[in-house]
Amino acid sequence: MNGLQISYFEASARKRLSELVDAGSLVEFCPPEMRQTSPHLAMLDAPLAFDDGVVTGRASLSGHKVLIAAQEGRFNGGAVGEVHGAKIRGLLDRALSERPAAVLLLIDSGGVRLHEANAGLIAISEIMRAVLRVQAAGIPVFALVGGSCGAFGGMGIVTRLCTEVVMSEQGRLGLSGPEVIETVKGVEEFDSRDRALVWRITGGKLRRALGEATLLVDDLIPAFRTAAAKLIERYRAHPPVPADLDELLGAQAELTERSVRFAAARDGREIWQADFAEASRVPEMTVAEFNALLGEAA
Amino acid sequence: MEQFSLTLPSDALPQNIASATLCGVVSSGNLEILVEPAAASDACRIVVNTSAHGFRDIWEAVLKDFARRHSVGGLSLSINDAGATPAVVSLRLDQAFETCRGELA
Amino acid sequence: MNGQTMYDRLFGADAHTLVADGLFLHGTARIGTQEVAVIGTLDHAAIDVSIALRIAEAVLHVVRDDAADGKPPRPIVFMADTQGQALSRHEELLGLNGYFAHIVRCVDLARRQGHRLLTVISGEAVSGGFLAYGLMADRICALPKSQVRVMDLRAMSRVTKISLERLEELAKQSPVFAPGAENYWRMGGIHELWSEDDDWSACLAAALGKVASSDDRAAIGLERGGRLLAAPTAQLVANP
Repeated sequence: MNGLQISYFEASARKRLSELVDAGSLVEFCPPEMRQTSPHLAMLDAPLAFDDGVVTGRASLSGHKVLIAAQEGRFNGGAVGEVHGAKIRGLLDRALSERPAAVLLLIDSGGVRLHEANAGLIAISEIMRAVLRVQAAGIPVFALVGGSCGAFGGMGIVTRLCTEVVMSEQGRLGLSGPEVIETVKGVEEFDSRDRALVWRITGGKLRRALGEATLLVDDLIPAFRTAAAKLIERYRAHPPVPADLDELLGAQAELTERSVRFAAARDGREIWQADFAEASRVPEMTVAEFNALLGEAA
Repeated sequence: MEQFSLTLPSDALPQNIASATLCGVVSSGNLEILVEPAAASDACRIVVNTSAHGFRDIWEAVLKDFARRHSVGGLSLSINDAGATPAVVSLRLDQAFETCRGELA
Repeated sequence: MNGQTMYDRLFGADAHTLVADGLFLHGTARIGTQEVAVIGTLDHAAIDVSIALRIAEAVLHVVRDDAADGKPPRPIVFMADTQGQALSRHEELLGLNGYFAHIVRCVDLARRQGHRLLTVISGEAVSGGFLAYGLMADRICALPKSQVRVMDLRAMSRVTKISLERLEELAKQSPVFAPGAENYWRMGGIHELWSEDDDWSACLAAALGKVASSDDRAAIGLERGGRLLAAPTAQLVANP
C-alpha cells in the first residue's frame, strides 16, 4: 500500500505512530514485553493487551525530539484504566525532565474504562494536571484526534487542555458520547445511529468552526504528520506560557458569547450558517475547501 | 479466559531476532501476538490467552500448521485473543512472523 | 441535613455568607481566622454550560480580586455536589468538554497564583462533573454519606455484560470499579473521609493546613493499598 494513502481513522495506534514519526526513531517506554497488563480486566475475566491499550515512547518528528502516546481505540474503546492512564501520566512527567520539543497525544478514547472506573477517573484527573504542568514548563502538548473512538469523556476534557488540537473531519470530540445521551434521554434527543448528525455535532468541521480544533487535516497519517511538524516549528520559536488572568477572562467572555449566540442550537448546521455563506455545502466540502473558507491556507 | 501453552518442534529461524515485536490488536474477533526470542532453537513456545473457551484442539491444529509452514524454532509467541476465527489467527501468525523477520538485527 | 445546616457545621453559623443561586453556590467563609472563598454546586447539580461558566467566573474573580487588593491569595473551598455532566445534544454541540477544560484552567491559574484548593464532597460526586472542578483541588475531603462514582453497578453490568451478582461479589475485594467514597479514599482519589461524629469545622481547618500543591495521589493510593499499579507504572515510563 502506498504510504501516502493510509487512513488515520482506519490505522491501529502502532501503525499511526510508525508512520507519524521519523522512520525507526521510536523508542517505547513500558513496552508490550514488560507485560504491564491490567489486573482489573483479568479479575473480571476480560481480554488483556500487553500494552494495556496505549503505546508510550520517545521519537523524532522532522528531526525534533517528541514524547508521544497513542491510544488504541480498538482495545476496549481506548478507555483509560489504571495502567493505561499511569503510562500517559508517566510520559507527561518524563517531559519535565527530558524537555522534548513537544508531547504528542494521539487520543482515541471513549473516556474511563468501566471495568476499573474509579481508577480510570482518578487517572484522567492526574493526566489533566500533568498536561497543565508540562505546558507551564514551556513544553507544548498537541492532541491529535482522528480515530474511530474520537475523544470523549475525560479524554475530551484532556484534549481541550492541550496547547493545540489537530483533528480530521472523521475525528470526533465531545464529553458524553451520542450513545450515552440516547440511552439516558431517548432517541428523540440524540439519534446515535444518524451518522451525519453525530458528525455535525461532534466532528472535526464543527469543532474547527468553533475554534476548538485548531487545525483540520485530511484523514491521512501524513497529513497529521505535516500538521504536527508545523506546530513543533511554530512552538520552538514561541514556547507556550501558562494562561494568565487576562487570557482566561478573555476565554470566559468568548465561551459566554458562544453560549448566548447559540442558545438554542441543536445542530452543527446552525453554527456554520452563522459564519459561512455556503453553510449547506460544509458537510461535502473537502478539507482544503473548508480551510479556505476559514480563511487559512490548507 | 482460558489459558494454555504448548511447545512445538520447528526448524530454527536462521537468525536471532533483535527485539520483541507486537502484531495485531485485541478487539472482538481479533488478537495480538507478541514475538520474542526463546532459549531453545529447535522449538517454538506458544502461550495462548483466549476469551473463547473450549477451542484448544482447533488452536493446536492452527498453531501446528504454522510451526510446520515456517521455521520458527527459537521464537516465543504470546497471544491475547478476543475470539478470532482460525482463519484470522492463521493470518495474524503469518503477519507476526513476517514482522519479526523484518526487524532482524 | 439541609444545605444551611451543613454549611453552618462546616464554617460556623455566623462565619459565612454562602448564597445559593439556583444550583450554584458561592460566598465567603472563615476557617479559624482565615477568610476563604467558597464555590460549588448543590442538589446533585448536572453541570451544564451555564453552571460551568459560573464556576469558572467565580474562580477568576477570586484570583482577580485578591490580586487587585494586594491580599494574600485566599484559599478556595469547592463544595462538590454533582450527578455528573448535563446530558444533551445542545450542550455537546457547544462543546461542554471545552467548558469543563476552561474551569480546569481557571482552577490551575488559582493554584499557580498561590490559592490553596480544597474540595468538600457534600453529596454526589460523579464522573465528568467531579472531574471538572472537585477532582482538581489539592486536597479532597468527603462528608459522610457522600456518593462518589462513575457508574452504578446495575448500569455497569449492562455495559460490560458481567452479572450484577458477580460484580457485587468482586466489589467486596476490590475498590477499583464499585461506587463509594471509601473506595476512592483507598485509591488516593479522596484524601480524607469525615464522619458524622467529627467536628467538621476542625476537620476543615486541619485539612486546609495539609494542602500541598503537588499531585501525590498515586503514591497515596499505593500506600493505602487501593491503587497498586498507578505509581510504579508512571515511574516505569517517567524514569525507567
